[in-house]
Amino acid sequence: MEPKKIYGILSEKFSGKMKQLQENTFPASIFVEADAVVDVCRFLKKEDGLEFLSLICLSGVDLKEQNKMAVVYHLGSMKHKHTISIKAELDRSNPHIPTVESVWPVADWYEREVYDLFGVIFDGHSDLRRILMPEDWEGYPMRKDYVYPKRYHTWDV
Amino acid sequence: MISLIEHMTAGLSNAGPFMRIVVTTIIMLVSGVIVLAVALLYEGVATYAERKVAGDIQARIGPNRVGPYGFLQFIADGVKLLLKEDIIPFYADKWLFIAAPYIVFTASFAAFVPLSYSDHVYVANLNVGILYMIAISSVVSMAVLMGAWGSNNKWSLFGGMRAVAQIVSYEIPIILSLLAALIIPASLTMKDIIVYQSGGFGIFRWLIFNNPFTLLAFFVYYIAAIAEVNRTPFDIPEAESEIVAGYHTEYTGMRFAFFFMAEYGDMFVVSAIAVTLFLGGWQIPFIGALSMPLWLREVLEVAVFFTKIFLLIYLMMWIRWTLPRLRVDQLMELCWKYLTPIAFFNLIGASVWVLLLNGKGVYDIIAGLLIH
Amino acid sequence: MAGTDEKFMQISMGPQHPSTHGVLRLLVTTDGEVLSGVKPYIGYLHRGLEKIAERLTYPQFTPFTDRLDYLAAMNCNLAYAMTVEKLLNVEIPRRAQILRVIMAELNRISSHLISFGSFSADMGAFTPFLFGIREREFINDLFEMTCGARLTYNYIRIGGVSQDIPEGFIDKTREFLDYFPAKIKEYNELLSFNAIFIKRLANIAVISPEDAFDYGVTGPNLRASGIKWDLRRAEPYLIYNELDFDIPVGKGEMGKVGDSWDRYMMRIYEMEQSANIVRQCLDMLEAGDYTAKISKVLKPPAGEVYVRAENPRGELGFYLISDGSAKPYRLKIRAPSFANLSIITKLARGVMMADLIAIIGSLDIILPEIDR
Repeated sequence: MEPKKIYGILSEKFSGKMKQLQENTFPASIFVEADAVVDVCRFLKKEDGLEFLSLICLSGVDLKEQNKMAVVYHLGSMKHKHTISIKAELDRSNPHIPTVESVWPVADWYEREVYDLFGVIFDGHSDLRRILMPEDWEGYPMRKDYVYPKRYHTWDV
Repeated sequence: MISLIEHMTAGLSNAGPFMRIVVTTIIMLVSGVIVLAVALLYEGVATYAERKVAGDIQARIGPNRVGPYGFLQFIADGVKLLLKEDIIPFYADKWLFIAAPYIVFTASFAAFVPLSYSDHVYVANLNVGILYMIAISSVVSMAVLMGAWGSNNKWSLFGGMRAVAQIVSYEIPIILSLLAALIIPASLTMKDIIVYQSGGFGIFRWLIFNNPFTLLAFFVYYIAAIAEVNRTPFDIPEAESEIVAGYHTEYTGMRFAFFFMAEYGDMFVVSAIAVTLFLGGWQIPFIGALSMPLWLREVLEVAVFFTKIFLLIYLMMWIRWTLPRLRVDQLMELCWKYLTPIAFFNLIGASVWVLLLNGKGVYDIIAGLLIH
Repeated sequence: MAGTDEKFMQISMGPQHPSTHGVLRLLVTTDGEVLSGVKPYIGYLHRGLEKIAERLTYPQFTPFTDRLDYLAAMNCNLAYAMTVEKLLNVEIPRRAQILRVIMAELNRISSHLISFGSFSADMGAFTPFLFGIREREFINDLFEMTCGARLTYNYIRIGGVSQDIPEGFIDKTREFLDYFPAKIKEYNELLSFNAIFIKRLANIAVISPEDAFDYGVTGPNLRASGIKWDLRRAEPYLIYNELDFDIPVGKGEMGKVGDSWDRYMMRIYEMEQSANIVRQCLDMLEAGDYTAKISKVLKPPAGEVYVRAENPRGELGFYLISDGSAKPYRLKIRAPSFANLSIITKLARGVMMADLIAIIGSLDIILPEIDR
């Protein structure tokens, strides 16, 4: 299905929550309001003709210049062979977004990673703790303004 | 050796009881040391053989640097293990931890004693030889549990529990299948069992060919024996890829070497029981009435005995490097649902055969018919 | 020695363990042998590759992709190169494409050989591992001949490949392809259809198609659950649409569809198919450039792409955001093993300890790409 058509269907169903469609990325990106993300994803997964059963990737992006933090969901459908990316832009000083763990259980680990590296809080997540960095690490390494610590426990870093 | 002791002490009958005790003790110590030396030499060579056999099966060479064809590798390994740091974990139960390897090794080595190596070469011709050997081998399971608990390590405990469950369960098919063969010579003495199998060109009166039940009993015994010794496919107690090294995880250096050597000693012991009971012991096939000096005959008999045992051990090694490992519940299932019932009904069948045919074997019947 | 709850024991299959394929910690809650839960801890190998990518230029990052999944380094190189080329919109010469397919498929064979070998070693059959290594030596020799490295190749670069294949490569590859099918037959006889092996794996950890989609499982694990999805067919890249090869799918031959045996067998079938592909590519190889002409200082236009490729372990994807400069703005690596491992909390409930090892082995994970 063409991205324009998907965007059309979504705009109809979730009027007011769709922000824009960007077609020059591969795959095309649809910008969504942060609080509508879970409903949009569930709709995309269950609806006939869309059936995005796979959450291919969930990434965080630090857009420091625009003072925003983005969470990007790449969705794919094996049945209809189409892919789309859903983007939600969050306030950089207080990034909150509801979790899509209830839609795809694998989002559990992806969201933990985004929390660990970017500091995005996923509301409703069952077990939001660091996954790659040590449990008592301070700071969010992938942010653009991250300052490397001088010491960790007894080691000079 | 007992005859030797009696011989020598007979000559001392006019010497005081003290002298007799001293001489007896010295002779027993000497014979013990000789058996220990033989056992240790065997165990060293067995580790070398295992590595060479493994290399052969796995399309590689195996040890070939230390000595001709790598033969002295076991000496190098022994020296290495002696020089390793002796670590006792801080929270380990010290006495259990230290005692376990010694008990395991003693139990496995003590079973070398009642074996009859040839017609006149033996250490102690116990009249309860088989019973003694089975009983002493069971001490291994207790010592394994001591080592596992004393290590204060969860992985060791896992291994120890599995080991005890396995060893204790597999004792039953072993004993039942041994009984199927023991009822024919009707004696527990190792030498008498072997002497019973003489004649028949040195091969056809072996108890394995006596009746179809003993043939089946041999295979049941062999499978249960592999499980008794903790060899793959039954090596879950020391399944190194699952629980690090099982019950000997915390042992280093010479203590570990004791466990290791005890395993090869056990392999020898169970193979020796199989050879004695089923494969004719030191009976040389097809030699018959060929006359030769006594010493040559004795040497040949010892050589034949060891050859048969080594063939069975080679088979154990071959199986180890071929088959994957059974899971613990599948292993227990094999023992209790398959081997034990088979061994039990086998025993009943063997008993019926002995009752009806008065202990005669297949060869005896055929020979009897041909003569008439 | 008890945990906080008297009934359950908490064991850490810690970061150092012979069977977790890398530094993975599994906190296992068990009562005796049956597990009630598994909590994986990762991050022991986190090197911050994504942060490093933001500091280096595009060509400088290629060697880092080798170290993502070092057993399938060519495929990782390939996915990254394709991502940058998509942004650049450059066309790769045909010879370079065919060379890329040859290298990627040979790497797939060698990755599956290691996966098969280490899985069988976990199961207790040590011999097939060494057979796999023996075959892999041929492939390593081929790669060494081409690019000088045996494990981390850095061969498939942005724009093409780093150098042309040397003389003798084609003949040697054909030699290997003639020799290889007999070996697969040998593996099947030795291990795949062995009764003990099947007993250990059949009906263990069945992944249903719904679970596979929900947990993002890809690669042979997904195909073992009956879903015929391969990126080389569904979204063809390079010259895969011109090649004739099958996509093996799990049929539940030994148990339910999607059990561990199916996942294991997928890799064996895929090795056969890859050998087939390489043979076709060798016939199609024609003269030409081995790389496209791209500028030394690579500045792709601003944009975002997500490109994915079929790695031996699943779907490897790179999400690249470029801001027009010589360094990436954001590079996210979607590793197949990350999603494959997340399903283990669901699968490992109610299985036995030995089965946990079987599950991890059948999922075929590798830690460096999980931790990046």
